[in-house]
Amino acid sequence: MLVALSDPTRRRIFEILAEGPRAVVELAAELPVSRPAVSQHLRVLKEAGLVVDRQVGTRRVYALNPQGLQALRGYLDQFWDRALASFKAVVEDGKGDDETP
Amino acid sequence: MTVVRKTITVEAPAAIAFRVFTDSMDRWWPRSGHHISPAGLKQAVLEGREGGRWYEVDINGTECDWGRVLEWDPPTRLVLAWQIDATWHYNPHLVTEVEIQFVAEGPDRTRVELEHRNLERFGDAMENIRAGLDLGWHNLLAAFAQATVA
Repeated sequence: MLVALSDPTRRRIFEILAEGPRAVVELAAELPVSRPAVSQHLRVLKEAGLVVDRQVGTRRVYALNPQGLQALRGYLDQFWDRALASFKAVVEDGKGDDETP
Repeated sequence: MTVVRKTITVEAPAAIAFRVFTDSMDRWWPRSGHHISPAGLKQAVLEGREGGRWYEVDINGTECDWGRVLEWDPPTRLVLAWQIDATWHYNPHLVTEVEIQFVAEGPDRTRVELEHRNLERFGDAMENIRAGLDLGWHNLLAAFAQATVA
């Protein structure tokens, strides 16, 4: 989840899907990356719970996951865990006190 | 489910914890992916005053806003406006609050309590997405049905 939206291409896919569902070929046409690369990005987004897919005829169509808010909350939950752990390390390192005596 | 709460205890006086959290934010802010610019994060900056800006500077020197300081009560309390949306972009219309309290548990020990709230405001955006999504599926399936019949 943490890395899912850290990639600019995946963010762009997320934004395009916010406008409405798209087939993989349609996404590839709007992006400067290959179709297999788009599929790979979609796989990451799907595993992160941000998008869902559905078979429509011969095409696989992707859309944003309406449950994405839950995923977003999970993302922030992990983000703050990491940020505070890093903060603690810096504080206790003592170097956080930048005041010169 | 619209709030994230975190508590961590640090072995330092509250004044130092507060200062590191704010003045030295750049030294602890997680690097990978937690920034807006595709160019990469050079610096995370929090201006230490009420109304102060909270922003990033990328490696090209471009500044991107993250939010602002809503309340500034050193060394015990800080409220930030987190205005980064679900796609990690600054959105001036989105305001979620991050409140951080620094509670002295001793002369050299501070409990830091963080609350990131108003996450339902992301939900409003998600609700719009959901409305668009339903319509999108509807149109798509309708088009498919027509194509099948034709």
